Amino acid sequence: MVTAERVWEALAEIPDPEIPVISLVELGVVRNVEVNGERVHVGFTPTFLGCPALEVMRDQMAGRIRELGAEPDVEVLSEGWSSDRITEEGRRKLRDSGFAPPSRGAPATLVQIQTGAHPCPYCGSTDTRLDNLFGPTPCRSIRYCNACRQPFEQFKTL
Amino acid sequence: MNAQELLQLADDELVLGWRNSEWTGIAPFLEEDVAFSSIAQTEIGHARAWYELAAKELGTDADALAFDRAPEEYLCAPLVEMRMVDDWARTIARHWLYETADRIRIQVLLNSIDREVAGLAEKIDREEAYHRMHAEMWAERLRDEPRFREAVDELWPYALGLLPEEQRPLFCQAFERDEGAAVERGDHTESLLPLWKEMTMVRRSVPGASW
Repeated sequence: MVTAERVWEALAEIPDPEIPVISLVELGVVRNVEVNGERVHVGFTPTFLGCPALEVMRDQMAGRIRELGAEPDVEVLSEGWSSDRITEEGRRKLRDSGFAPPSRGAPATLVQIQTGAHPCPYCGSTDTRLDNLFGPTPCRSIRYCNACRQPFEQFKTL
Repeated sequence: MNAQELLQLADDELVLGWRNSEWTGIAPFLEEDVAFSSIAQTEIGHARAWYELAAKELGTDADALAFDRAPEEYLCAPLVEMRMVDDWARTIARHWLYETADRIRIQVLLNSIDREVAGLAEKIDREEAYHRMHAEMWAERLRDEPRFREAVDELWPYALGLLPEEQRPLFCQAFERDEGAAVERGDHTESLLPLWKEMTMVRRSVPGASW
């Protein structure tokens, strides 16, 4: 019979569909795992409501649980996800791939976003500026590093 | 919260999301192409979440509510129906008025005794914070622009119509304006029909289609 530990390990191998350097567990969208005999219940908190990756995430989790020989029950929880739920390891992986992790503690204000210290993931300089609140997906903003003259993507604080 | 109230929220977000997406590719500059496309995507995501709650009460599904109703059955406010490309000043005026009004009604929903509604309002509020920042940034930029000020005056009665009467005093306070007459929900503008035809085209040609 499958154990909760084994399920967590399997879920930790699923990459985020849009930012594949980080896993769903590191992203913090898996809230809990419960095993009841053949049935595995996963509590899942989506990131952004408009994110098209949600169905993909849900299907992939269900698929992995089936591979373990169990019956998946992936429940979308009504409580919200926050970018503070991204693990330390997840933040490190984001940074290493040129993707600035979110600053801590929502709610953000425009002034905080414009003037706060948002280090460049490439050179570490905090001499960066907001280029666009919005980016290629709902979870990203675009910033520009004045020190190494490189635009970069910043995970939004949510 | 009853299904009619949920549908008002969902229809507002869907139709405005659609209107915002009309700027994709033709906004005044690239950053705004990206911004309006992203805002449209989030609004439509919020619409879907509200439709899902309404669908549970009505025993149907979100796609059927979004795409299978007749135009006169939509409950959106006239403000969101108007086609505003290629008038950037009016677009920003509507964006600013809408996001401010939307915040007021979401704040009320945060305290809903329905846990699903309150939970969803909380999620949506966090995401909408970025829409508000964007709207306020633009309103600040255009503040002294006559075309923008005229657009705010023109759209004010329509913006009032987004909110139930008891929430309007707070809205007036936010803009330091007198309430005046509102254009209420109920009658639709001429802009809705062409939008509806385009939006529901796939579902009407292939009933039950999903994509």
